[in-house]
Amino acid sequence: MSFKVVVDYDLCESNAICMQIAPDVFEVRDDDFLYLLTDTPEEDQRAKVEESVQRCPKQAIAIADDSEE
Amino acid sequence: MKSIAVVGASLAGLRAAETLRAEGFDGVLHLVGDEVHRPYDRPPLSKQVLSGDWDVERVWLSADEKFDALNLTTHLGDAAVSFDAAALAVTLASGTVLDVDGVVITTGARTRTIGGPMPGVYTLRTLDDAQAIRAAFEKQPSRVVVIGAGFIGAEVAASARGLGLDVTMLEMAEAPFERSLGADMGAVLADVHRDHGVDLRLGVGCEAILGDEHVTGIRLTDGSEIETELVVVGIGVIPNVEWLDGSGLTIDNGVVCDTTSLAAPGVVAAGDVAQWHNGHFDETMRVEHWDNAITQAAHAAKRLLHGASVGPYEPVPWFWSDQYDRKIQLAGRTTDFDAFQIVDGDIESRKFAAIYGRNGVIVAVLGFNRPRHVMRYRGLIDMKTSWADALAAEF
Repeated sequence: MSFKVVVDYDLCESNAICMQIAPDVFEVRDDDFLYLLTDTPEEDQRAKVEESVQRCPKQAIAIADDSEE
Repeated sequence: MKSIAVVGASLAGLRAAETLRAEGFDGVLHLVGDEVHRPYDRPPLSKQVLSGDWDVERVWLSADEKFDALNLTTHLGDAAVSFDAAALAVTLASGTVLDVDGVVITTGARTRTIGGPMPGVYTLRTLDDAQAIRAAFEKQPSRVVVIGAGFIGAEVAASARGLGLDVTMLEMAEAPFERSLGADMGAVLADVHRDHGVDLRLGVGCEAILGDEHVTGIRLTDGSEIETELVVVGIGVIPNVEWLDGSGLTIDNGVVCDTTSLAAPGVVAAGDVAQWHNGHFDETMRVEHWDNAITQAAHAAKRLLHGASVGPYEPVPWFWSDQYDRKIQLAGRTTDFDAFQIVDGDIESRKFAAIYGRNGVIVAVLGFNRPRHVMRYRGLIDMKTSWADALAAEF
């Protein structure tokens, strides 16, 4: 089982909070841009990604609803 | 627990309500707020809202359907006016009394100001404040005077400069952010503002606001005067605790909580209004940061539902401030730091990360456009990494 993570790069300001919470999913690199290491993480990452969604200062991260796929 | 009142409807209050629901609380959940607006996000107010980049619609913290799904009994525009902690009874301005089984206090803080109300003199805390200042900016004032070079002042100055307005900013300390960053790093920030054309005056404050019908200028503590028709005062906030007079709670620079966020049986507090002892830094603190409002509210909500087993609340506080094209982030506490080192980049380019140490341990990290480093070192702070190991770390 996996789920889908979406980042709105127009909103993202690379605060890197998500990287600290879920380093297996989010990475801010030397160019100061955020990269998704996977956009379909395994289920065991869900709690961390949900916390990242909540704590993103720009509300730039979302978990896509399965029903939309 | 059958009913809970969350008193304070901003970021911490909303996150507390969300956490209570997420943790399975399905009873009556009241949300009380002094503003008529449903919860909104404050950081954009001094940036995107003032600059005009964002429509107001973008500041809401929660989509309608998500907010509705929390099934809250809202009391917006109906401030809490008194509280009986022993009876767990909250009285609202309308006279409504909420008799509940648990209370989350998230009433936040309000701005300090200078003198009485005066047209042309603003503070910035609320959405209404931001819209009023934005409207004043649009009248193309000859000069914007910003009093105080903390978060709000510095961001207002940056937003005003971005619109091409002339700005004078006063700061009583010898550098902006001196208390949180230290004098040397504050001086770097001072240069950033000067390079962007701000007339920055340090070591001087506002003695008096001048004018009768409308502000015409200010008199400084050095006796000089500046003509202006627009003043924004950013000299900090006062926790909203007056409604707790006689409540039985201990008040001392906010609502005093134990290490787990509990203020009294059945009562927790979080966000700008909460004071507690953070064991990680062995420091009693009240933190006015966005991220703390979220994490402390979640902790407090769990404490209320699950008891002391949730453990102490010992975060590494973190804030960011966007000024011009600089993203300034600080994680940890710089109080009484005794060691300092630039660990990446250089001050000249204003892209750098620096760490602060105390008693042989890393306690803070500062970044200018270095978010990745700030978060990596924040992890080291969280683990109480030794100064030597922090210096040796490579990211």
